[in-house]
Amino acid sequence: MNDTRSNSVSVVERTRVVAAGGPIVGAHFLDRTAVFVLGEDALLFVEPDGELRRMNVHGGAILATASDGERIVSGGDDGKLVTTDLGSSRVLASDEKHRWIDHVATGPDGAVAWSAGKTAFAQGKELRSWDAPSTVGGLAFLAKGYRLAIAHYNGATLWYPNAPDATPEKLEWKGSHLGVSANPDGRFLITTMQEPMLHGWRLADRQHMRMSGYSARVMSLGWSVNGRWLVTSGSTQIILWPFQTKDGPMGKQPRLLAPAETRVGVVACHPRQEIIAAGYGDGMALIVRIEDGAEILVKKPGDAPVTALAWSADGTLLAWGAEDGAAGIVDLA
Amino acid sequence: MTDKIPVTVLTGYLGAGKTTLLNRILSEPHGKKYAIIVNEFGEIGIDNDLVVGADEEVFEMNNGCICCTVRGDLVRILDGLMRRKGKFDAIIVETTGLADPAPVAQTFFIDENVGRRTKLDAVVTVADAKWLSERLKDAPEAKNQIAFADVILLNKTDLVSKDELSEVEARIRGINPYAKLHKTERARIPLNEVLDRNAFDLDRILDLEPAFLEGEGDDHDHAHGHDHHHDHDHPHHHGGLKHYHDEEMQSISLKSDKPLDPDKFFPWVQDLVQKEGPNILRCKGILSFKNDDQRFVFQGVHMILDGDHQRPWNKNEKRDSRIVFIGRNLPGKKIAEGFESCVA
Repeated sequence: MNDTRSNSVSVVERTRVVAAGGPIVGAHFLDRTAVFVLGEDALLFVEPDGELRRMNVHGGAILATASDGERIVSGGDDGKLVTTDLGSSRVLASDEKHRWIDHVATGPDGAVAWSAGKTAFAQGKELRSWDAPSTVGGLAFLAKGYRLAIAHYNGATLWYPNAPDATPEKLEWKGSHLGVSANPDGRFLITTMQEPMLHGWRLADRQHMRMSGYSARVMSLGWSVNGRWLVTSGSTQIILWPFQTKDGPMGKQPRLLAPAETRVGVVACHPRQEIIAAGYGDGMALIVRIEDGAEILVKKPGDAPVTALAWSADGTLLAWGAEDGAAGIVDLA
Repeated sequence: MTDKIPVTVLTGYLGAGKTTLLNRILSEPHGKKYAIIVNEFGEIGIDNDLVVGADEEVFEMNNGCICCTVRGDLVRILDGLMRRKGKFDAIIVETTGLADPAPVAQTFFIDENVGRRTKLDAVVTVADAKWLSERLKDAPEAKNQIAFADVILLNKTDLVSKDELSEVEARIRGINPYAKLHKTERARIPLNEVLDRNAFDLDRILDLEPAFLEGEGDDHDHAHGHDHHHDHDHPHHHGGLKHYHDEEMQSISLKSDKPLDPDKFFPWVQDLVQKEGPNILRCKGILSFKNDDQRFVFQGVHMILDGDHQRPWNKNEKRDSRIVFIGRNLPGKKIAEGFESCVA
């Protein structure tokens, strides 16, 4: 299959290649500056002119990052929550028990959420916390209102940090829920599970949605522009679940794009068009158009798995990073 | 493959000497660095750079099997630790005295992300020579930990008489005759006896003789092929060593010198672990299949099986098949008959 791709359209030659000097676990854009998250200690900034700048933000492993485009919020095994923008970084919170901060999320009006063990924290105008029934598996703000979705064992909870008297809404489903995401209009909540499957709830009526058939735990997902598709890793194809109707994917088959020899490990949806970037276990990265499945080669297979992908806000730059510290920024303009 | 970080699981009932062993591992001049996962952060004195507190959250998998569990906290912690790969050579997981080792072990087989970067090396159980016999009566966890172990340190031997020691040793052997058993004082033991054991490595399944037959110079041929489930609890004497049969937890060892039919064996063993999975703690096997010049080896934890061709049979090697189960209230007769029916 890779042989055919060697003949396909390629943007490999448009790539600015960077050696990050350590495994890459995430990528973001702040304006047109690509920011690679290293497994330990630092963020690596690649300026539009190609200048590299390393900023040490944690003393140890960086366990989670999130970005709202203005700044990057990161949690580390040093028990610190750090916010970093193009100029500087500062510590937003330190866990008093020195616990790992292993989930973070950015929300509306500059709100930030993070978790350490069973406790979820939200910092809007005020700092609030809520104790989950088990260790927090994932965090996501809903697009509307100041609502935080918290994944945990046997389900997820919707919590209103500014309404401490309101009872958090429990969404139940047996099993260990490790990641969570709400669709852009906030009608559906999706969790990734310890099993190779997703679970979902239609929030209006708590209707369950089971999305299975993966060969591995789903570690990466995203919503295509306008939330028409839920795009996921976890298989040797990109798996897309249809969310165009009020029923979501119930009773429908997923679309399968860009089959390969190894699994998709990371996906990133283009911010303006129905286009996906996907990174594979064999080091290949592709851009795929949802409409017709047309593919563009971004990175040839070989070397370490692709572990991070990010689009700039206007969708003209794509950053990829790999487990062996290789990284690139592709200019598509 | 080879750069997977080995993980040693350290179990044992409260006060048996786990922390003593852990500190011994950390303080010896081996030049290695360890990441330590402990259950209660900060409570016990461990002098190490990388110490992580765990919550011991046991999560059921959503597949309808109650024995299929993982340690949710380990999935998370190992993922975090592997971001610091290169900062340590091995990982040691210390469990609480009440912990079941199975979910810890199963985490390495069920979670691919964990299994891709780390490997389970061995389950090491520290037992208190003075109190283990009591705990085996009143604490099911203690029995689990003995039954599950690859290596057992029978510790604090200086606090018991010779008779008491052989008594407790026989109790251990009644439950798990296959673990390597070491008698120790203050957990004093060469570290290569507890670390880098490769006990879950299919390539290292060499033979399935009860360990006390090799270790204690007892070379008579023990009657294999019978199950150890009897309705009595009194010692037998074989070659001077007491033998107990635990009422609840037994090992079953089966042997066949006729080649097996893989088309019969795999459905049978799959069905067996589906039905008896909750009761089977560990199993291992070396198999000779019909028209197959390769040794096939397998091992399992509850209902999770892992098997592969290991190597060609040697010319002078006897091609027989042998399987071993350690578990609770196992239907020995049914298992023996089932195994027999797999002969080609």
